[in-house]
Amino acid sequence: MSFIYNKLMGGKQGFVGFMLLALLVLVIFPLCLDLFRLNLVGKYLTYAFPAVSLVLLWGYGGILSLGQGIFFGLGGYGMAMFLKLEASSAANTAIQSTPGIPDFMDWNQLTQLPWFWEPFNSFAFTIVAILVLPAAFAYVIGAAMFKRRVGGVYFAIITQVIAVILTVLIVGQQGFTGGINGITDLRTLNGWDMTSDSAKYLFYFINCALLLTVIVISRFILTSKFGSLLLAIRDKEDRVRFSGYDVSNFKIFIFCFAALISAIGGAMFTLQVGFMSPSFVGIVPSIEMVIFAAVGGRMSLIGAVYGTLLINFGKTAFSESFPELWLFLMGGLFISVVMFFPNGLAGLWQDYGHHITDRFKFITRLFKRKESLPLDDTAKSETAS
Amino acid sequence: MLGGYTYGELGSILAMQGFAGFSLFSVLLLMALGLAIIFGQMGVINMAHGEFMAAGAYTTYLLSSITEQYFPAFMPYYFIFAIVIAFFVAGALGYLAEYALIRHLYKRPLDTLLATWGLSLIMQQSYRSIFGAREVSPTLPDWLMGSYQPTESIHIPINGMFVLALTAFVTFAVFYLMYKSRWGLRVRATTQNRIMSGAVGINTKKVDRYTFALGCGIAGIAGAAFTTIASTGPTTGTLYIVDTFMVVVFGGAASLLGTIASAFSIAQAQSILEFFISGSMAKVYTLFALVLILMFKPEGLFASKVRR
Repeated sequence: MSFIYNKLMGGKQGFVGFMLLALLVLVIFPLCLDLFRLNLVGKYLTYAFPAVSLVLLWGYGGILSLGQGIFFGLGGYGMAMFLKLEASSAANTAIQSTPGIPDFMDWNQLTQLPWFWEPFNSFAFTIVAILVLPAAFAYVIGAAMFKRRVGGVYFAIITQVIAVILTVLIVGQQGFTGGINGITDLRTLNGWDMTSDSAKYLFYFINCALLLTVIVISRFILTSKFGSLLLAIRDKEDRVRFSGYDVSNFKIFIFCFAALISAIGGAMFTLQVGFMSPSFVGIVPSIEMVIFAAVGGRMSLIGAVYGTLLINFGKTAFSESFPELWLFLMGGLFISVVMFFPNGLAGLWQDYGHHITDRFKFITRLFKRKESLPLDDTAKSETAS
Repeated sequence: MLGGYTYGELGSILAMQGFAGFSLFSVLLLMALGLAIIFGQMGVINMAHGEFMAAGAYTTYLLSSITEQYFPAFMPYYFIFAIVIAFFVAGALGYLAEYALIRHLYKRPLDTLLATWGLSLIMQQSYRSIFGAREVSPTLPDWLMGSYQPTESIHIPINGMFVLALTAFVTFAVFYLMYKSRWGLRVRATTQNRIMSGAVGINTKKVDRYTFALGCGIAGIAGAAFTTIASTGPTTGTLYIVDTFMVVVFGGAASLLGTIASAFSIAQAQSILEFFISGSMAKVYTLFALVLILMFKPEGLFASKVRR
């Protein structure tokens, strides 16, 4: 029990925060929002996957990846390819000059399915591909970079360039990828209507369950010895290396894990939204993922989820009523988060939250347990210095 | 012969594409020179650099409109002044940005990236609000139009040659400033050892501010030059920022010579490839080759001797 409490939840504070988040996404949102809005929240929560991955990677590991969109996109495209193949069965596409291939291939004069699309006919392969391919790609990038001790700014720029390459490639190779419009018209999953109400509810809850699981696993990683090493690498990489650790392997692992999380988010995105396009792969979405994590608090897994929700709610509300103002606000947010709140919402909560929690002491007393190591506090004081 | 072209035609194509490469090279180099100063010397990742370029381009557009309307007789000469004014406008904006934003973040390079990205969003939206979302281009003086024809099948646009000459001039000026002047000495000293530079009496904060302003000013010149070969929109800067960063990183961050060499090779590779395969694939191959090379040689073409 104490293992679960301390290692998976991160002690009292983490446990309360985690339960509140679970309550919010599993109970409050489904009860208070109509299905359209709930689906929208589900979409936002898929962005929380890369945001959480950036907390691990950037907040704790000190590795800023501006390419989480790559992995989000790979996961999303993997799922979309499977769904598209299912939607383009020979019966559905009988009017095309070549029936049985996706419509955009037909428009681009392709007469047979490209070889790399073939395996995506299988659902099992697709799931494995979503979990393995982005992580494998991350391994290649990570091994090439970290083994040569490329880090910091250079890593950020190179991941950004890879995101650009992938976007240009997807847009340019219209016949193979669906081009700028992406892969659209996805309707069924193994013969089951994805647009039905029950499917939308189910995907929402699967998405939430996956997100909460990811948070628990990430917390486990961070409270383990690996997490302490990660922090040590962030703060004094050379000293960790001199202590006999192979720094690059730790960095590669966390980068691959972050890629895996982002890819799951991408796949869930495709399932809930019903399409995938290059506009979720490139520089702008990748940097937005960083700002989700930054606003939520780069040291807080749960904060990243709130940051994602808050910005996306804001974006939807503002771009509906004042589209001009949104970019100013977003720009201001980037600047103010960096200059004034480097620990984001979670930092604010830690600095001022006790004023609020003091009034509700009687609730916290119910959860009174043995005090565990307040991980977030030590982390905060290190970033502040 | 080769894909239906004779050797003569192929030669002309190569010459013209090569020259188109020179135009791209000029703009990339002008952008990258500013960025190399800011990133290479100061270690600041300025994601808003493209927007400072757009500031220069919009200044040129504004001056052209004003001249056309009120001083039509001045039309043939305004462009020269526009370049100078673009330099000062972008430089002043850069000075302000350094004062308000960058100087607080010198110790956190990854955070400058986010903050300047925010700045770039704000500048983009300002351009959209002020100049509208559609692309604009200034009326160029007549002497910049037309093309020079050394042989029957080769057309070399005059504006391209002008931009090339401008780039050469700015490059020499930057070289002189950085390596021959007292000011450049102070900048390089600050790069190598900020604390010691302060100890020997260099006002490092002032050096930082003017270095940043200079980098942005050169981006402004790039913007003015850019108007001669393409039209300017609110998102023009973003299109070039990644390429520019690649130029600087590929060349070796603190080396101006490397910046020139890498701008040249990237621009030429892209523009010559563009003729044989589609533009997007040319970009993919060029960037991919760069990433591969950087993976094997992370310090870039010309490694800096500065220890970090």
